[in-house]
Amino acid sequence: MEIPKEHLVDMYETMVKIRRFEERIREMYFADKLPAFDIAAGLIPGEMHLAAGQEPVAVGMRPHLQPGDAITATHRPHHVAIAQGVDLNKMAAEIFGRETGLGRGKGGHMHLFSVEPNFGCSGIIGEGMPVAVGAALAFRFKGTDNIALSYFGEGAANQGAFHESINLAALWKLPVVFVCEDNAYAISVPKAASTAIPDNSDRASAYGIPGVLVSENDPVAVYEVMGAAMDRARRGDGPSLIEIKTDRLWGHFEGDADAYRDDEFKEEMNQRDPLVVFGQRLADEGILSADEQTAIQEAQHAIVEEALEFALASPYPKPEAALDHVFA
Amino acid sequence: MTTAATDRKLTMQKAIAEGIFQEMDVDPSVFVMGEDVGVYGGIFGSTEGLLAKFGPDRIIDTPISETGFIGAAVGAAINGMRPIVELMFVDFFGVCMDQIYNNMAKIHYFSGGNIKVPVVLTTAVGGGYSDAGQHSQTLWGMFAHLPGMKVVVPSSAYDAKGLMISAIRDDNPVVYMFHKGALGLGWMVNNPRATEPVPEEPYEVPIGEARIAREGTDVTVVTIGLSVHKALDAAETLESQGVSAEVLDLRSLVPLDRQAVINSVKKTQRLVVVDEDYQSFGMTGEIITTAVEGAFEYLDAPPVRVATPDVPIPYSHGLEEWTLPSTERIVAAAAGVASS
Ligand SMILES: Cc1ncc(C[n+]2csc(CCOP(=O)(O)OP(=O)(O)O)c2C)c(N)n1
Ligand SMILES: [Mg+2]
Repeated sequence: MEIPKEHLVDMYETMVKIRRFEERIREMYFADKLPAFDIAAGLIPGEMHLAAGQEPVAVGMRPHLQPGDAITATHRPHHVAIAQGVDLNKMAAEIFGRETGLGRGKGGHMHLFSVEPNFGCSGIIGEGMPVAVGAALAFRFKGTDNIALSYFGEGAANQGAFHESINLAALWKLPVVFVCEDNAYAISVPKAASTAIPDNSDRASAYGIPGVLVSENDPVAVYEVMGAAMDRARRGDGPSLIEIKTDRLWGHFEGDADAYRDDEFKEEMNQRDPLVVFGQRLADEGILSADEQTAIQEAQHAIVEEALEFALASPYPKPEAALDHVFA
Repeated sequence: MTTAATDRKLTMQKAIAEGIFQEMDVDPSVFVMGEDVGVYGGIFGSTEGLLAKFGPDRIIDTPISETGFIGAAVGAAINGMRPIVELMFVDFFGVCMDQIYNNMAKIHYFSGGNIKVPVVLTTAVGGGYSDAGQHSQTLWGMFAHLPGMKVVVPSSAYDAKGLMISAIRDDNPVVYMFHKGALGLGWMVNNPRATEPVPEEPYEVPIGEARIAREGTDVTVVTIGLSVHKALDAAETLESQGVSAEVLDLRSLVPLDRQAVINSVKKTQRLVVVDEDYQSFGMTGEIITTAVEGAFEYLDAPPVRVATPDVPIPYSHGLEEWTLPSTERIVAAAAGVASS
């Protein structure tokens, strides 16, 4: 497949932006929690699940998105939200618990909700899957050609919601693409210890829909497979199940000792860092020179800094605001 | 129950793991299932050290399939095993509640008492560290509302071990809730009381008996879980203000030690109920009703409750702090009741 240059550049830019965002959140998360780690302390208290390494699964769908498409994501949501174009300033402000955040500081990093673009996520495993089915159902009622993407980890594929949602979407031939981010681990539990078959994409056959395995953590491979599945859904031909092999470069959450993955595994994983590999490939193929990549990095890093500055300059909500917004 | 004096101190987390360890050592029908209970030792350390001793056949890491493995615990229990099954955070009950309240809690009754369901369902509860509305709830009132399950919530290491052993030996389903903030985890700020002497030998703490955590004469503060520590802190402040507070740690919600509430209210004639759970339709209402039914003529002032208002627990630190019961709110409530 011939991929337009602007799509390759866009994917690279977005990967750079995601990685920088995660790196900076990580720095700020730890900065004021050390030397004695206290999860409740600091500018960003609470749990923090970062997606460094999983950028390809998010950016590969980006060039195929259309305004109005819905996405549901997981407890590890930043990469998907950024790739969909969720307002980075408001997202950062939410993570810092500020009044200007997406949810006025009520939701936090696992509960990011955006109206435009249409994005939501959840801290409960598998929770977004039925919601994506419902979004697709609404699009059918409304007669639009929008589609819904449901992101979930390979750990979620053993949750009842996975099977119920895919069956519903298949039965009703709804425009949903189910995207399994297979980083091989659900916290400390390796996939082989949790899942009876090697590839979740094979489970698609149980529901009579296409199942496709993307075996490389590569934005171009994701671009191709997601493009076909998203076109198919948009045409009205029904849902697909995609499984993408990817890597969680860091711990499950920040502060995780990550002792359940051995050094050899981590070493190999770091060797295939998708941002490095993709940058190299773009340079080798003459698409983006080293200088051009540096310029992109500077520009994207500036966008991330601006979002963090916006967040840090924003006020906290008034404590009594806790009572607002329980009901419409 | 009295046991040999000991100087050895444990955190509540270590006391829970030790209780499980000792019962598994003597009873081959006890086993553990749950997410990350093996190599990880439980996200909150409740199964620390168990895999090394008992191996993966008895310490079983599960897929994220709560309906499946909690239901499987029920099935194993009615067929002669004594499973301990972990729901990582109580907030996740939503994906598996049917197995818990329609099955685990009802089979004994449906069988006319012929079938026993000795499951221990362990689960982490509580907020205060900005984990937001899907990882910070206590929800014990809801479990206590549904008939057929015992519900225990230790607040100290001594009780944690004794209640765990009692729960494993109990022939009923027991929901064993541990408050993250009372476990003595290395990655949270802890109350100094989180670590205390715990006997090395196995012992039981009876399910359904409250404990007077501090004696007092002017006002009774009834509570459970981490709020026991906040109430004890509040009692120190109150003492400096000339108010003598009695703190009653319920330890179990089902069965509920109503007599302990009544006795204490008869003594102090004033009542504050502190609950980290949502205010309406919950523990605070139940305890006040117990006092009104059993000690109405003794009450010198309307009882007061300090609870989480009926809103999802918010993320941002200031919002959450304002929402959850704090030592300051307990002091203000108890001082107000004592002076009225
Ligand atoms: C219903 C439910 N059960 C358990 C959890 C605890 N939990 C949070 S993340 C996680 C692992 C998820 O693994 P996976 O779906 O593969 O996503 P990853 O973290 O690898 O991105 C678990 C068990 C939860 N949040 N919700
Ligand atoms: Mg995973």
